[in-house]
Amino acid sequence: MGKFEQWLGDRPLITDGAWGTQLQARGLEPGVIPDTWNLEHPELVESVARAYVEAGSEVILTNTFRANAVTLGEAGLAGQVEAINRAGVEISKRAAAGRALVFASLGPTGKMLMMGEVTAEAVLEALGGQARALAAAGADALLIETMSDVEEAKLAVKAARETGLPVIASFAFDTGKNKDRTMMGATPETAAREMEAAGADAVGANCGAGVENFVAVCARLKAACGLPVWIKANAGLPQMKDGRAVYTTSAAHFASHFAALAEAGASFIGGCCGTSPEFIAELVRVRGAE
Amino acid sequence: MPELQKLYDAVLNGDQKTAVAVTQEALAAGVSPMELITNYMVPAMDKVGSLFECEEYFVPELLLSARAMKGSLELLRPLLAASGAEPAGRVVIGTVKGDLHDIGKNLVASMLEGAGFEVTDLGADVPAEKFIAAIEEKKANVVALSALLTVTMPAMRTTIEALKQAGVREKVKVMVGGAPVTQQFAEEIGADGYSDNASAAVGLARKLVA
Repeated sequence: MGKFEQWLGDRPLITDGAWGTQLQARGLEPGVIPDTWNLEHPELVESVARAYVEAGSEVILTNTFRANAVTLGEAGLAGQVEAINRAGVEISKRAAAGRALVFASLGPTGKMLMMGEVTAEAVLEALGGQARALAAAGADALLIETMSDVEEAKLAVKAARETGLPVIASFAFDTGKNKDRTMMGATPETAAREMEAAGADAVGANCGAGVENFVAVCARLKAACGLPVWIKANAGLPQMKDGRAVYTTSAAHFASHFAALAEAGASFIGGCCGTSPEFIAELVRVRGAE
Repeated sequence: MPELQKLYDAVLNGDQKTAVAVTQEALAAGVSPMELITNYMVPAMDKVGSLFECEEYFVPELLLSARAMKGSLELLRPLLAASGAEPAGRVVIGTVKGDLHDIGKNLVASMLEGAGFEVTDLGADVPAEKFIAAIEEKKANVVALSALLTVTMPAMRTTIEALKQAGVREKVKVMVGGAPVTQQFAEEIGADGYSDNASAAVGLARKLVA
């Protein structure tokens, strides 16, 4: 029995929506690493988390996507890995207050293994250090997300598994005519099989294309392995209007894909870039109406 | 006489070691650098580009081929410079101010280098003044701007405005790219060109400097 079965019933759990755009709405400036707000403006980060819990999220993430030693190190913040991750989990747990699970977010290092920009050892060490800090602070599970390189994801899963927590590995399928490849060319089948072999407890797709593309990707992930599937779709691609980015997908249109995603085998459904608490509330409503 | 077809194959297959070895043999045998570039390396990169377009190649293959090409070009460049040959163009590239993402920008820089452009990479989160200084210092004729975030796309517009203010806009062609960027946006902000992938960016740069 998989590590996620304890939480999964006969219908998908609703997760949360985007954090970055929500933090921007609260004043986060371009160029500032959002994760640093866990220490600088914990109350604003908590207000994002709380908005999702109040909208009905049963799983919320943490504002820790970039809080690994490689990425923070680029900004001269390598010494803050432990503090930023600990604060991230504490903030989300306070907001959840037992009403939602807290899955901690880990992202890619942003460096390419194959070009020698980063070594396998450095990836293991950076993501391992982050995973340990997240686990020690009390995260319920670890989510490795927006991955495009299967090799880096394998290292991340290896590092994350050492904490003993359930681990999800989620990829951004944003490339190719059908938006069914990662930037590095991996298909859903490759990603699912490799992650299952690496010992992940769930696989997923997040970011990348709009929600329409996720139904087929979800079905392919599900068919290729025996793991639960995690889906967090974007609200379509943004259009520029008067110099500002506007996401044209409505919450209702987004949520209308709930049944198709559930049918395709999704165990967790939520939103990525451009989605808000309104989208989550709509997903909860649609699920309740089924 | 070395088998020059092996150079074509090495670039196509992303085999830097072989590309460098064949280039050394060819130079030792008196083959001209231009002959190697024009008849073997550029056709190989063109083939790589078309394999990328039809989704047989993805980013990893593209990067390996660009690296093989670059390895070979590093041997040829001093000879080309000595003979007075100019690079395909001089490009200043960077991710605009406020945006810390550099994978897409790095990819375009590698591909342009592989295509024989002289590339000055200013990194990520680059303020307009740095672009202006680099254009003048490097005598660039192309500026390539990258942005991954919707919130940093407006910095592309302000960078182009700053180039105008500084009086260098007319000296360069500006090309833009990045996930949220579109042809329409490129036109709106007065860029000279847009491409939606690193392979097409090479064709665009060639067209802009032609």
